[in-house]
Amino acid sequence: MAERERALAPGGAFVARAQVMSADDLRRAVTRIAHEIVERNHGVAGVALVGLQTGGVPLARRLAGELERIEGAAVPLGSLDATFYRDDIGLRPLVPEAVTDIGFGLDGLTVVLVDDVLFTGRTVRAALNALSDYGRATAVQLAVMVDRGHRELPIRPDYVGKNLPTRRDEMVDVGEAGVAIGQVVAP
Amino acid sequence: MNRHLLSVADLGAEGIEEVLRVTDSFVEVSARTIPKVPALRGRTVVSLFYEDSTRTRLSFETAARRLSADVMNFSVSSSSVSKGEGLRDTVETIDAMGVDALVVRHRAAGVPRQVAGWVGASVVNAGDGAHEHPTQALLDCYTVRQRRGSIEGLRVAVVGDVRHSRVARSGVLAFAALGAEVTVVAPPTLLPPSLAGWPAAVSHDLDAVLAKADVAYLLRMQSERTTEALVPSLREYTAGYGLTARRAALLPDGALVMHPGPLNRGVEIAAEVADLPGSVITAQVANGVAVRMAVLYLLLGSSPR
Repeated sequence: MAERERALAPGGAFVARAQVMSADDLRRAVTRIAHEIVERNHGVAGVALVGLQTGGVPLARRLAGELERIEGAAVPLGSLDATFYRDDIGLRPLVPEAVTDIGFGLDGLTVVLVDDVLFTGRTVRAALNALSDYGRATAVQLAVMVDRGHRELPIRPDYVGKNLPTRRDEMVDVGEAGVAIGQVVAP
Repeated sequence: MNRHLLSVADLGAEGIEEVLRVTDSFVEVSARTIPKVPALRGRTVVSLFYEDSTRTRLSFETAARRLSADVMNFSVSSSSVSKGEGLRDTVETIDAMGVDALVVRHRAAGVPRQVAGWVGASVVNAGDGAHEHPTQALLDCYTVRQRRGSIEGLRVAVVGDVRHSRVARSGVLAFAALGAEVTVVAPPTLLPPSLAGWPAAVSHDLDAVLAKADVAYLLRMQSERTTEALVPSLREYTAGYGLTARRAALLPDGALVMHPGPLNRGVEIAAEVADLPGSVITAQVANGVAVRMAVLYLLLGSSPR
């Protein structure tokens, strides 16, 4: 889930402090991760991509495009909203951002989960539980554009665009124009 | 969403839209091989039905189970009510066991609201007398939106025993809130004494209304609630207000035929009409589970344990 949107929900504006990746940096990172996925899995046969709503979905789409360009074969592409699997239901209002769309069975596939920012790891934990309700994947790998640290669960990414040390109260925004770090300012 | 769902009026257009939006996600969940999510693990939902029901009760209980909530089932005939226990004592006893939601159906209007004042749990109105049946209206709106894209500007005809129908009131309020043009069609004897506050037009000419309707919503002829003779005979009622095969042919292309069930085939709806392609009666039932999942999730998912 895009970190920026979640923090913005109560009202408030994201103010960027520094641009840490340009649009070109982002494009190159997507290309590199695509190559790493191909290398690690010896091609793309049996590989599927699942983007996490909402920030992981456009990244998964871009990765799918790169994989097809590199290997000449389309990979199954889905999107997942793991809201109903979160461990903070009841602590604050949580409403799904979008309907999950996984139009293929996961049995026997290696699923690459894609998200924009990896922070506490709780969204990924929820996503892993959700995925298991769609079938038994042979393996699940995790690709993120930014790993900002502060993990609260034993979860680590397999593919990382950029490792970015942050303070807990900072925000990381991944968009078309690149990656920015900043803070949410109350309206 | 508020803590309780007692009336469509409490939701407003925005609240209805929110339920319908979240329902989309639960329709997806319901279509899966494992149609279950852990969202309400550890929560308890009690169905408290003082009146017979098959579909509403099963629908709510299925919805609660698919959210991983625990379900307790209360039925009047096998409980202390048969020993003369009063409503308030029963409700407070159940509440004291630590439940999170009470799904209440009662033959008297206003009981769910009264119960809501007594308990700490969330209360969902599953039908109170001839007053309201909000989740039925929500699933009806969802079904129409699913088939027609939007409800805004559609012409909805609500036909039949409006006087005894809680479905009619909730339905009219919900359809109108989402921008539909609603007309109620019934013999004068089957209209409530006053339609003040109903955002609907009234007609007694079914043929004329059907010719321009996008949705024909048939109400069940509630013979069990009718204490006096309000129609000369069921045959005469069918002749004037039943959706016969001849009348169904008057409907424009793409019009939907809806019914809250249970069907009185041959009375308010002809047997063959209920099975026509425009009939979405089965879809209504299927969507009912997803809508009730959305309602229970919104009521309980955003409140602390």
